[in-house]
Amino acid sequence: MSKAGEIPVRKRFPYRRPPELDAASPRRLKLLIVGGGPIGLTAALDLAQRGYEIVLLNKLDIVADGSKALCFSKRTLEVYDRLGVGERLVREGVAWNLGKVFWGDRAEPIYEFTMLPIPDQKNPGFINLQQFYLEEYLLDALAAFPNVDIRWRNEVIGVEQRRDHVEVRVDTPDGAYTLAAEYVLACDGSKSPIRGMLGLDFEGKVFEDNFLIADVRFEQERPTERWFWFSPPFPGESALLHKQPHGVWRLDFQLGWNIDRDEAVKPENVAPFVEGMIGKDVPYSFEWLSIYTFQCRRMARFLHDRILFAGDAAHLVSPFGARGANGGVADVENLVWKLDLVLKGAAPRALLESYDDEATTIADVNILNSTRSTEFITPKSRTSRALRDAVLGLAQTHAFARPFVNSGRLATAVATPRSPLNTPDDESWRGGVAPGTPAIDARLGDQEWLLAHLHNGVTLLALNLPGPAIARARALARDLADISAVRFVSLRDTGASSLAERYDAAGGALYLVRPDQYVAARWKTVDEAKVRLALKRLLGHMLVAEGARYEAVA
Amino acid sequence: MKLSLEPRIERPDDVYELLLLLHDGLSREASERAMARLVLILANHIGDYDVISEAVQAARATQSDTGSVEPRPT
Ligand SMILES: Cc1cc2nc3c(=O)[nH]c(=O)nc-3n(C[C@H](O)[C@H](O)[C@H](O)COP(=O)(O)OP(=O)(O)OC[C@H]3O[C@@H](n4cnc5c(N)ncnc54)[C@H](O)[C@@H]3O)c2cc1C
Repeated sequence: MSKAGEIPVRKRFPYRRPPELDAASPRRLKLLIVGGGPIGLTAALDLAQRGYEIVLLNKLDIVADGSKALCFSKRTLEVYDRLGVGERLVREGVAWNLGKVFWGDRAEPIYEFTMLPIPDQKNPGFINLQQFYLEEYLLDALAAFPNVDIRWRNEVIGVEQRRDHVEVRVDTPDGAYTLAAEYVLACDGSKSPIRGMLGLDFEGKVFEDNFLIADVRFEQERPTERWFWFSPPFPGESALLHKQPHGVWRLDFQLGWNIDRDEAVKPENVAPFVEGMIGKDVPYSFEWLSIYTFQCRRMARFLHDRILFAGDAAHLVSPFGARGANGGVADVENLVWKLDLVLKGAAPRALLESYDDEATTIADVNILNSTRSTEFITPKSRTSRALRDAVLGLAQTHAFARPFVNSGRLATAVATPRSPLNTPDDESWRGGVAPGTPAIDARLGDQEWLLAHLHNGVTLLALNLPGPAIARARALARDLADISAVRFVSLRDTGASSLAERYDAAGGALYLVRPDQYVAARWKTVDEAKVRLALKRLLGHMLVAEGARYEAVA
Repeated sequence: MKLSLEPRIERPDDVYELLLLLHDGLSREASERAMARLVLILANHIGDYDVISEAVQAARATQSDTGSVEPRPT
């Protein structure tokens, strides 16, 4: 259970003396990943699968026990499917789609929402699984790669940007050494020492409220849904209940600002909250207790020359909406393919600038949503409280008020419709997947899914195209090899599948899909010149041509 | 400008009385909530982001209450 001052250990890993301590000159790496949280580990797995030699530094030598992220979104699961760990996460986690919001002692919810508004996709809207399981599964997957070197108890204590590399000073139990890397991924968490070493800003809001997390083991039949209470009929100003695997539940209570945190976290003081929620006669035991506060802030830029920030190091959100780790996975998803192509010389360095552009756009959406949820859940003035309570009151009887109820807008994929890597539509579309939006999954057969046909590279995706057009598109994909390798995939609707509807492809459509599964461009016919230009744009070649701020990268 | 700020109400005194009646006999808190409910109901009836946005700006920009109005943060 939570103890102040020491980090509880779930699993410990062996420190090994790094070879550099005994070498004359520093080793030169292409890539160095700093941080062994979910984001650093995810980046390592993605890059390891692309064949890079990976060194990952972690100042700790443990996977920490204790409660942090629990809820992982469909989009995150889709990313992990691409990386080969998605099915294990879904198998071990608790899948859910439905959220219910209660007010006071009313037995009926005043609002309900689904996280899977478009059904029949491979992954559920969300799973609940403790963050340490995710970290363990990522470490298991990484163990299969001989090209991955995870260095426990290796702490970064200095960084220096040079013209064509970064020099990183690392401290270990046996002394300090230096590494040189072409690029450094700073995934070193919310307190990011690297951010500090570079003297960079981290701006935003701190919210004045305390939340109690209680992971509690008990047996009770309850639907697998997210339940949230405003002004619950038990202690707490608001409360949240989530089911976890293995008979554990996550209970979360809003305590207010002026409290004694040490007192509040004592089991005897938590008991009334728990018993109020689950009932006095249900036997239970505590797995974990802690108190957290939170902030919504981000760095002005995520890209600083050869140092790339991702995850909590780059942005922080309130937990309402589960946008923290999910947002960090989105960073990795956006970054890794760009880094890969730049390192291979297949794309200009300007492409990395688009990481800054797109990932800050995504972070802003996450911060906006989680800030709004926080303001609704913890109103900070009399008037905002009156407005909030007015919404809750009206929601009981009037449908119009229900969509205002904001108990957290949970993480979904964030679109980047204005990214300069997109080619805007030049035909009229009725829905479908617009440029800047991730491809949506669709069932193709019994256990066959559309997203499984996408891979780590660029895909030219033909949907319901007529025969002659398929042949032309296939030949085109081959010819595009002078710009970049492109995989051609042709799918058509059979029986109950829904490509026509999901992709506005009844009359045939051609989609150009990025390695991170975001749509870059789409057409209704096969036009070689247009596809060529869109591919160049996707790879960042036009950023250089169009100049402006993207030329800043030397 | 989509918001109309021209007089549109035929019986202003009657409507004004309705607005007062909303608060009849209510405590200050209850009154605040009732006002908030009314705003939400009307906002939904209007249903147009731009009109509501202009209305919010018009409401903030009119300094009849002793000049304590700050410019709206953008
Ligand atoms: C109560 C709570 C609930 C949450 N719930 C959710 C949720 O449901 N869904 C969700 O998506 N997110 C959630 N989050 C957020 C989520 O936990 C974080 O976003 C996530 O852990 C960020 O991962 P990270 O890898 O960026 O950073 P961290 O997990 O903080 O990892 C940082 C890593 O860097 C290492 N490090 C630090 N300094 C150095 C150094 N100098 N040298 C070497 N290594 C270093 C650390 O040892 C660590 O391994 C929650 C957070 C909290 C607190």
